[in-house]
Amino acid sequence: MPATNRTKKAYKSDTEVLKGNPRSNSSGFELKDYYTPDDVKGSYKSKLGAPGEYPYTRGIHPDMYRGRLWTMRMFSGFGTPEDTNGRLKLLLSHGETGLSVAFDMPTLYGLDASSDRAHGEVGKCGVNVSSLKDMEVIFKGIPLDKVSTSMTINAPANILTAMYAVVGEKGGVPKKNLAGTVQADILKEYIAQKEWMYPPEAHMRIIRDMMIYCTNNMPKWNYISISGYHIREAGASAVQELAFTLADGFEYVKLGIENGLDVDSFAPRLSFFFNSSTNFFEEIAKFRAARRIWAKEMKETYGAKSERSMKLRFHSQTSGYSLTWQQPLNNIIRTSVEAMAAILGGTQSLHTNSYDEAWALPSEQAVEVALRTQQVIAHETGIPDVVDPLGGSYYLESLTDKMEEEAYKYFKTINAMGGVVSAIKNGYLQKEIAATAYAHQRKVESGELKIVGVNAFSKENEQPINVLKIDFNAERIQRKRLREVKLKRNEGNVQRSLDRLRDIYSRDENSMESIIQAVKAYATLQEISDVGREVFGGWKEPTII
Amino acid sequence: MEGTNNNMKRRIRILVAKPALDGHDRGVLVLAKAFRDAGMEVLYAGLLPTPESVARIAVDEDVDVVALSLHNSAHLSAFPAVKKWLKKLGAGDIQIVGGGIIPPADRKKLEKLGITGNFGPGTPLNQVIEHVRKVAKKKWVKDQ
Repeated sequence: MPATNRTKKAYKSDTEVLKGNPRSNSSGFELKDYYTPDDVKGSYKSKLGAPGEYPYTRGIHPDMYRGRLWTMRMFSGFGTPEDTNGRLKLLLSHGETGLSVAFDMPTLYGLDASSDRAHGEVGKCGVNVSSLKDMEVIFKGIPLDKVSTSMTINAPANILTAMYAVVGEKGGVPKKNLAGTVQADILKEYIAQKEWMYPPEAHMRIIRDMMIYCTNNMPKWNYISISGYHIREAGASAVQELAFTLADGFEYVKLGIENGLDVDSFAPRLSFFFNSSTNFFEEIAKFRAARRIWAKEMKETYGAKSERSMKLRFHSQTSGYSLTWQQPLNNIIRTSVEAMAAILGGTQSLHTNSYDEAWALPSEQAVEVALRTQQVIAHETGIPDVVDPLGGSYYLESLTDKMEEEAYKYFKTINAMGGVVSAIKNGYLQKEIAATAYAHQRKVESGELKIVGVNAFSKENEQPINVLKIDFNAERIQRKRLREVKLKRNEGNVQRSLDRLRDIYSRDENSMESIIQAVKAYATLQEISDVGREVFGGWKEPTII
Repeated sequence: MEGTNNNMKRRIRILVAKPALDGHDRGVLVLAKAFRDAGMEVLYAGLLPTPESVARIAVDEDVDVVALSLHNSAHLSAFPAVKKWLKKLGAGDIQIVGGGIIPPADRKKLEKLGITGNFGPGTPLNQVIEHVRKVAKKKWVKDQ
């Protein structure tokens, strides 16, 4: 849609250069003309150290990508369990061993396909799972002892973990051999993505249950992936993403320790998920600062002895927010730069977004270009040839220090409020993010920040692009399957398992075994979630605006 | 920026809402602030309201415009559902403006149903604000 003349006038001329203006980044750091050795403080050994050595600023492995490239883990999932099973098998036939499953909105909110609220949303943004039956179909014919599965699920992560464990068991793979990840980071849901079922304390207790259960029974299961991605997408700056995500991480560490776990028994299973956005050096500095802060805090504050507890491992994804619907092919360039920042920042795995995602879920062609972007960087550019090639840059090291320094200021503020849960309940974190988002948009409006194709070098008549069409049958199919599951199952078993869970939830005992029993009895995702809703109640966020 | 409509000397009342299972609220929060800064009276429906409850709030609060945003591909069912409820409640004159991740073909479908705008991410705030002023004026003319 063409901008009106008045709108166009509101923007500064496309070609105008902002001479003499102070330069800053998303974190609001003022940047100098250039940097010198005077801008870098501290010794090489204490601030950087060799790659693979404490404090891991330069990377968690001595050889990084010389030893093994990052994992190109493309997130996918759509429609019915059969659709997703087909897609996963296709990926496996191409030699992939790391699967990554996206779920639809009803599943993410713990609602069945048959719920009124699910109407129009089943299978849309991912695959629908309403009962164990769906998980059995998704993983049919897939050797769960040979693959690792990442599931992007948060509020009902305990139920999906239980389903995966039961599918494994039925297929002859014991729980202890199952490898994978559930996102399960509920703190960032309250802060940013806003997909929850219960109040924060109840969800933290469920995470505690998973932490203890998995530490003892599923040693290869990453029961949490501490995520900054969504915090950034919601509008946070790079330094806010860094600070709020690490603060969340420390809350989970405290939770484990307070519940009697030895820090080194569970911390090695904690991993992170960051955003990689367009301000190249700022992003690289953020990743490096994250590693240094985590290592120091784990060692000095939380008493970790094992190096594995101190090494911050992370997945990254390029910024969805940075994609524009205008001139969509430009998004390939943005994604390339963001992918390079993640790689130069030492990521362990990477998802690159597709150029058409400001229009719709990505088409196959767009997904292929996104994957090829990573392959070009991996095999043609020489970027992975040397570990932390930007280490020692006066600018980058100074920026890394500044990131660390500013993150600690946020830690102090959050601690003074009584921790992350308090800072969620009083709306502080949400308001900080909303304020940054609005300030950013204002800068775009004024032309202080230029976005190519949006407020600079824009075109009058944008041609629509071909986008993925989603099949509407998923809802019908999923509702039918759910009816069949309910007809076949033993109602007495279902009720008993749900009563038992209600009892356990009320008594503050570890709930994982009883969730597994309910899943086995084919209690549905929503039936199990509803027990929690009865016991814990729902959650309404404080006023943000 | 000025929110009163010069011809009518009246402030625009607008409800912003995400009428489905969608927590991606960056856009609505930015828009709510922008509408407020543009002089409008802004209400926010909070997270996860149903289309029915959005329509009921709109009627109870006597708004001129409902601005709907979704990023979860539910716009084709949720936006028209709000429209349907408004009509049912006898408030078919309340204007609906849409936005979010909306494929081009769906924009046309929504327009046909009288849901206008359907702005994609990165749309200049001024463009959205002008559009809201335009449709509010249309409603006022209708109401007279």
